[in-house]
Amino acid sequence: MIDPIFLAEAAVNGILLGGVLALLALGLNLIFGVIDIVWIAYVDLVMLCMYLVYFLVQVYGWPVWAGGLAAVALGAALGIAVHLLIISPILGSAPINQLLATGGLLFFLQSFATFLWTTDHRSVRLSLPSYDLGGIFLPLTRVIPFAISILALVALYLFLTRTFVGTAIRAVSQDREAMGLMGANPHRIYLVTSAVGGLMAGLAGALLIFLYSVHPFFGGQLGPLTFMICVLGGLGNMVGAFVASFIMSEIISIAGVLWSTEMGYVIAFVVFIVMIFVRPGGILARRG
Amino acid sequence: MSLLELTGVTAGYGHFTALWDVGLRVERGEAVAVVGPNGAGKTTLLRVISGVLPVRAGTLTFDGAALAGRPAHEVVAHGVAHVPEGRRLFPTLTVADNLKMGAYLGRARKHYAETLARVYALFPVLAERRTQRAGSLSGGEQQMLAIGRALMSRPRLILLDEPSMGLAPVMVLRLFDLIRRVREEGYTILVVEQNVRQVLKLVDRAYLLEVGRIKMEGRAAELNDQDFVRKAYVGL
Repeated sequence: MIDPIFLAEAAVNGILLGGVLALLALGLNLIFGVIDIVWIAYVDLVMLCMYLVYFLVQVYGWPVWAGGLAAVALGAALGIAVHLLIISPILGSAPINQLLATGGLLFFLQSFATFLWTTDHRSVRLSLPSYDLGGIFLPLTRVIPFAISILALVALYLFLTRTFVGTAIRAVSQDREAMGLMGANPHRIYLVTSAVGGLMAGLAGALLIFLYSVHPFFGGQLGPLTFMICVLGGLGNMVGAFVASFIMSEIISIAGVLWSTEMGYVIAFVVFIVMIFVRPGGILARRG
Repeated sequence: MSLLELTGVTAGYGHFTALWDVGLRVERGEAVAVVGPNGAGKTTLLRVISGVLPVRAGTLTFDGAALAGRPAHEVVAHGVAHVPEGRRLFPTLTVADNLKMGAYLGRARKHYAETLARVYALFPVLAERRTQRAGSLSGGEQQMLAIGRALMSRPRLILLDEPSMGLAPVMVLRLFDLIRRVREEGYTILVVEQNVRQVLKLVDRAYLLEVGRIKMEGRAAELNDQDFVRKAYVGL
């Protein structure tokens, strides 16, 4: 029988991982909810931002915070670029074309990264102290990304609920034409949404580089999980995605201690498939 | 110069032409109705004026500015607020947030608090329900919210599309009373309605629209006779 303290530690680790996953899932979900397009290449944008931090901090010796800010800026710029160059020209076309276009971007980014930086795994390791909380091992390298993620999500919440533009983003997701009648240019709202979504990818990248090593196929590591979380929470449902992030991270973390990380993913995917049948509209969808 | 003037306006969807050579004007401070049977093109007419649907031919001027070909969000900036068919509220947003979106434009945003107080004074029920989701309101309250949201942009012309649609008869009477009060506040109104008898009591002038063409025009008092009403209802 496994020591309960290991289970408790796994649960805590699940929460810490869940915060960063929520950042990814909510960024993707925000874009989907408003523009109605799934950015298949979302986590590949994160990958580019991770490389940026790696090079700035590890190679050029920038301070960590400056590298992080640069990644956030790159993320926002990438979000704007993806919208203007790829999404905007195909907004009116069939959903399958939109999926294929962002899917194509995924392969482009993977190949581009392989070409430039080879398939080597690169990482930035920080030596930060760890705390022992009644037998539970709490490394600051995980606690800090978690705290920053939660702060960012609170900021996102305040942005979406308290500001004119944020409220307009939610309104456009419900009725684009009516929001045009309010005097908002829907294309501008889309651009702001893509910038915010990209910014969150940048921040996620800035945090993930301290937890995982980056390589051109990093998108394949967290991408499917991110989509699963969005679908599990109900596509476009922000609260649902937030809750689903922690459900998934807990499953992976606890199953990882009981069996293995791979088994954790297997169980997470099984839970996902079952939930698709049981609650196709997402865990928080209203029945009927 | 009229506040709103349409000459020779033709518009439609795909290969279908819904409006043919429509001429119409609204003077400052006036209330004008467009009545006609189902499918006559009344909603299309309002959608063309507010820029949701493009004009194919003809001119559309508002206060001297040519609006034909301008997108909806620019038309609002000129001072035209459209209360669309079926209200088109943001159902999961609160009543207060819906009103806030009405004041999205920079010009309206500056006077947000002041306009909000006016709208709440006009529709006290909206103030009571300000934290509720718009989707949870009754039909009549939703229509009030849709009108209040339009007022938030501080418009010079309000386009009302079938305000009485789907409401209980008692509510219809109350709503027309409220629209009358909006009128008395000095707003210029162009309203499209199926409820011909009620709307003719509200407006100064009316147009009869049939299969996309203006068939008749006149002062509301003159038009409010049996023959006209029959025509509007059944299109005979």
